[in-house]
Amino acid sequence: MNQPRPGYQQIPASVLGMAASRRNVLRGGLLTGALLGSSTFLAACGGDSGGGDASGAVKFGMNEASGAGPAFDRLAQMAEAYAKKSGVKVDRNEVDHNTFQENINTYLQGNPDDVFTWFAGFRMNEFAEKGLISDVSDVWPIDGMADSFKTAATASDGKQYFVPKDYYPWAVFYKKSVFEKFGYVPPTDLAELMTLTKKMQGDDITPFAFADKDGWPAMGTFDILNMRINGFDFHMSLMAGDEEWDSAEVKQVFETWASLLPVHQADPLGRTWQEAATSMSKGECGMYLLGTFVVDAIPDDEDDLDFFTFPELDSSIGATALDAPIDGFCLSVAGKNQAGGKEMLKYLGTAEAADAGNKGTTPFIAANSNATTSGYSALQTKSAEVVGAAENIAQFLDRDTRADFATTVIIPSIQKFLDDPSDIDGVTKSIQEQKESIFV
Amino acid sequence: MAAPSAKTKPPLGTAAKSRNRRLPPRDRAVVIAMVAVPTLFVVVLVWVPAILSMVLSFGAWNGIGDLDQITWIGTKNYEDIVQIYPPFWPAIQHNLIWLLFLFLGPTLLGMLLAVILDRNMRGGRFYQTAFYMPVVLSLALVGFIWQLFYSRDQGLINQVFNSEVDWYGDSSVNLWAVLVATAWRHTGYVMLIYLAGLKGVDSSLREAAAMDGASERQTFFRVVFPVMRPINMIVLVIVVIESLRAFDLVWVVNRGTNGLELIGALVAQNVVGEASRYGFGSALAVIMMLISTVFIAIYLRIVFKEERR
Repeated sequence: MNQPRPGYQQIPASVLGMAASRRNVLRGGLLTGALLGSSTFLAACGGDSGGGDASGAVKFGMNEASGAGPAFDRLAQMAEAYAKKSGVKVDRNEVDHNTFQENINTYLQGNPDDVFTWFAGFRMNEFAEKGLISDVSDVWPIDGMADSFKTAATASDGKQYFVPKDYYPWAVFYKKSVFEKFGYVPPTDLAELMTLTKKMQGDDITPFAFADKDGWPAMGTFDILNMRINGFDFHMSLMAGDEEWDSAEVKQVFETWASLLPVHQADPLGRTWQEAATSMSKGECGMYLLGTFVVDAIPDDEDDLDFFTFPELDSSIGATALDAPIDGFCLSVAGKNQAGGKEMLKYLGTAEAADAGNKGTTPFIAANSNATTSGYSALQTKSAEVVGAAENIAQFLDRDTRADFATTVIIPSIQKFLDDPSDIDGVTKSIQEQKESIFV
Repeated sequence: MAAPSAKTKPPLGTAAKSRNRRLPPRDRAVVIAMVAVPTLFVVVLVWVPAILSMVLSFGAWNGIGDLDQITWIGTKNYEDIVQIYPPFWPAIQHNLIWLLFLFLGPTLLGMLLAVILDRNMRGGRFYQTAFYMPVVLSLALVGFIWQLFYSRDQGLINQVFNSEVDWYGDSSVNLWAVLVATAWRHTGYVMLIYLAGLKGVDSSLREAAAMDGASERQTFFRVVFPVMRPINMIVLVIVVIESLRAFDLVWVVNRGTNGLELIGALVAQNVVGEASRYGFGSALAVIMMLISTVFIAIYLRIVFKEERR
């Protein structure tokens, strides 16, 4: 269910306010449409070339539907560019973002498209282990793709199953004008952060905007605190289910979080991230820890926005890790045109494909370092630098661990903690009990 | 009852048999088809899925791979639900609150509105339409409309009253906030049903009551209300069903977490979407089915008692 995730970045701001409810209303219809659509394609296009012939039509499953704004345009343009270049017909299957994600299990076991949009890391690994996506290690190495991306595309068997397209970091955003006006400086460690928050409170500004009505945004705070307090390796093995959730380490994360809650906006559980972003835009809040998609909620402030990575909390651990979810493409095992799909994947990883996607729209931050960056906004250029400089990159809590665990255990537990921050022992114990039941 | 020959009360079986024997083959085929086809539908669409859910509830399966991937874990899902799944007990409690509230709030209010509107007051049509309007909206849309009132920072209520109540986020008030939104829709529904019922009450009954010197209140409670017994049964059933299947509204608000847990939402959280805990979700669904069964049993008892009379 972890659907309304950072992928929201690609939805135009005008739609965002209404997105949640409208999407739910439309979901049923869209899903039916999508399923019907894909099976008719199958019957009609005759591209079932049994995997040997790379020249047959390739079916391309997109997690964006027409009308979703730049996110859709970019995928569509990449597909068109490939069709034009290779002469291969590309059949697009356009599905609403959340619908696509919610139905991914059924989709991959039914009549999936050959190439489809997906996420790097644990969620890709799950499908690789279950034999739902194809090994594409012969597409690698990709010219211009850094090693960190290759790692993110590698499953537990050491082979690659993924081709990265773009990424975006989670960081602490603020308005330059506000920081200038009051003479604030981005903090680099806990002491500086506390001084800054005290100063802000003195100026009648709530230091951190904060929202968790949808359940997922606060995961970003947990991630960064855990990575700062216990380090990247502990974080990743906690996500993988190899650590105890009621351990002293995890409790320390929640304790630190509880101590920081007074400098966060009160009552986060009734607020959407768009509303939290708006409070920062209005100057009621000084900073907001979120993905770069924060811009979508407050587009008018884009030129005034800047960010810094979350400061270090423990000098022996530093501040070298961050969440930067990577989106990209996989090849489904059940896809009929394996060879053709692989050819298309090879193209989608190139700088040329990234440039084709970014042509004429708000660009994404291309995973391929050879891609043209001239169209990038200042925020994007900085994002690329920050992620490039990071030593370790996590994908975000609900992409780094089991989907069922993140949705049915972590979301309610974090919300319970935010509702009553005093019962850390109870919350961590409950998470651990459920974790033991889910990670068998 | 048909059987015109029945002077006294013959045993049911013989009556049916004698009637059957009299039917020509063609009619018999029709009768058999009319019984068999709906039965088939009920079995295929209701009983088979229900039984499969029960079977699934004893396993762990993420929906990937064939059925042989299911690990059978006995009653572990049920034990986990009751013992270590924090949202479960609140959900049960919320469903019951939902039921009680729908009875005491919107149902009684809807009845009152119907009685008032039934008196052909001026502008009655207008009020009738106004109250009924929300019913045509889907609950998902209702949730969204009320979000505009309830939003903590930008919502109408907090703006107007200069308050800072976190209507949808504070787990001690959000259930009531959602219930008010439900009531907004449910009242009109109940009102319309009662309005139709009141129109159907024979006016000579009222006249007779008036002749006998009954006050207006007495007329309603002693004469009109008892006559509307079928309508009352329908409303009763609707309220029970609505509160057991309550789901859409909380799903739109926050997907049934943080104070808005309902069994239906928990089933969806576990089964719909990426989570895919089919066994666990099925176990929740079975529990929901058992609770529904209790109410259905009570209802059927009342109905049968009625028929026997």
